[in-house]
Amino acid sequence: MTTQEILFYAFAALAVVSALGMVLNLRNTVAAAMSLVVTMVSLAGIYVLLEAHLVAAIQIMVYGGAIVVLFLFVVMLLNLRADEFAPGRQWLTKLAAGLVVFAAGAELIRLLSGELPEPGELPPGFGGYRMVGISLYTDYVLLVEMASLLLLAAIVGALILAKRRID
Amino acid sequence: MVPLEHVIGLSALLFVIGVAGVAIRRNLIVVLMSIELMLNAVNLAFVGFNRLWPGTAEAPRLDGQVFVLMVITVAAAEVAVGLGIVISMFRNRDSVNLEDVSLLKW
Amino acid sequence: MPIEVVVKTLFIILVVVGALAPVITWVERKQSAVMQDRIGANRADVAGITLLGLLHPAADVLKLLSKEDVVPLGANRFMHLISPLIAAVPAIVGYAVIPFGGVYQFGDTRLSLVAADPDWGLLYIFAIGSIATYGTVMAGWSSNNNWSLLGGMRAAAQMISYEVTMGLSVVGIFMVFQTLKLTDMALAQDTTFRVLGFLDVLFGIPVPAWLDWVRLPAWGIFYQPLAFLMFLAAIMAENKRPPFDAPEGESEIIAGFHLEYSGMRFGLFYMSEFIEVIVIAGLVATIFLGGWAIPYLSTQTIIGGVGSVLGTGFATGLCMLLHFGCFMTKVVVMIWLQMALRWTLPRFRYDQVMDLCWKILLPLSLANIFVTGFVMLLVEG
Repeated sequence: MTTQEILFYAFAALAVVSALGMVLNLRNTVAAAMSLVVTMVSLAGIYVLLEAHLVAAIQIMVYGGAIVVLFLFVVMLLNLRADEFAPGRQWLTKLAAGLVVFAAGAELIRLLSGELPEPGELPPGFGGYRMVGISLYTDYVLLVEMASLLLLAAIVGALILAKRRID
Repeated sequence: MVPLEHVIGLSALLFVIGVAGVAIRRNLIVVLMSIELMLNAVNLAFVGFNRLWPGTAEAPRLDGQVFVLMVITVAAAEVAVGLGIVISMFRNRDSVNLEDVSLLKW
Repeated sequence: MPIEVVVKTLFIILVVVGALAPVITWVERKQSAVMQDRIGANRADVAGITLLGLLHPAADVLKLLSKEDVVPLGANRFMHLISPLIAAVPAIVGYAVIPFGGVYQFGDTRLSLVAADPDWGLLYIFAIGSIATYGTVMAGWSSNNNWSLLGGMRAAAQMISYEVTMGLSVVGIFMVFQTLKLTDMALAQDTTFRVLGFLDVLFGIPVPAWLDWVRLPAWGIFYQPLAFLMFLAAIMAENKRPPFDAPEGESEIIAGFHLEYSGMRFGLFYMSEFIEVIVIAGLVATIFLGGWAIPYLSTQTIIGGVGSVLGTGFATGLCMLLHFGCFMTKVVVMIWLQMALRWTLPRFRYDQVMDLCWKILLPLSLANIFVTGFVMLLVEG
């Protein structure tokens, strides 16, 4: 097993374990948010292994450094109590979870025994900021403009929703 | 280089865990975090497939990574607005439990 | 190749973090004492030899190691235990991309004085800075204390706000040097440029050739002076260094987010702030002050001049030592500047800190990008 494969499986295991920790964590929402950070950072590690360097850096900066901090802000400000699964629906919850895991396992087995073509030869500088920037601002410049409009709408929306009423 | 089936399998597994989170949990904030997990799983699939078909040296194709940047942008916008909704809900009902906002349920 | 990385990592951990960071605590005490016309701490001694107070860092470490480790009642024990680690590790790991020197060719071996050199080196620093937010936030929340929570929330808001300004103010430098790789940035600052060229470009006044000797080193601070000031302010705010230390406002919220920490875990918070002072100094020196490049003496001049007399191998080694010394001099100057700022300016009020970021620095950095782009188009057109 080469170093890349060992790193990939390590990051993958870490991502799955912390994702499960986030979803199944009942007592502590802050711990769930920190598990989400661990998932995102390990996914960024996998992106680096897949030669997507700019995306990995942006994943850590934006997802890990801003979005989850926003979650943490809200959780800490609202000072939430512990959660619990719906009473009286425990068996339904467990059945649903079991079915979902079974379906995931079956799909995984089907995928893993399928055949995808071999990964191609990489162009030099693949995944670097230069190439992504060229692609972003020549082929997909309309997406960039729309993304900026979307962010403007989100800023205004979040401000209005969270503002205290004066009247 | 890891066979790409494993990357896509990991993406599917994370997506399924995210769906389970949205279905099982009652805390709205954890539901939002599970949605983020689903978006991350999709990002992984995009990057994986882009690695599979990177184009040639004369015409490299980076569509997967560009779209991942767009997904991250949309996720950021959605989290901002979603948490605004959570704060409004908390101010009105003093709870972020999904079962306390089920007035429209028949 | 791995042995080289191990040696560089050991150098960073043992020399820079292990030896230089405690010396910075001594510098803080002595510089503040000199600035405030007093003597400072000079009582720690070994058998009567006081060494001007240089033994105080060792005394500090011994004291912190021997204190009782307190976890407050009702606190989340796991988060309380790992928060100092989450705060300290990004500070230490930031050294990996700072070039302490250039690339030197000794026969057929290449020696580069930087631990890791990814293509996106500067983005790495920003990503690591984003992770450092969690240490303070978790410390503030997990201490089960109102003052700590206030300090942690202030820290989180301040750090994520100033990350934006930090990134935007460096975009101007990115446009000028066309690279995010810190070694290439330092290499590009190894030459000089004609100062009066701007007259030719902006106003159309032809500059006579005999005035070509008026040159400045091609440092980032001469290309982007406004970006230097904004980046310095933003990264000092990121480090929660006074005057931006509202999160640990000692007179307002006792000690803020590291209130409930004692012993070596407080020592980790304390040390990580000083470790990050050195990272900031190294970064600003690399991006704006020319890194390891000696002004007016490019690498070719040194190797050519000395090499013709004493041989190329010796010249390259001498050049390496000179560059390393030059870099450390610039780091020391930047550390002095940060200490001087710390002991001169009073603490900003928290709303002043936020105003400064969003209402002053952010529009200024956007204007900086615009003006830089405009001037670059004029220069190339």
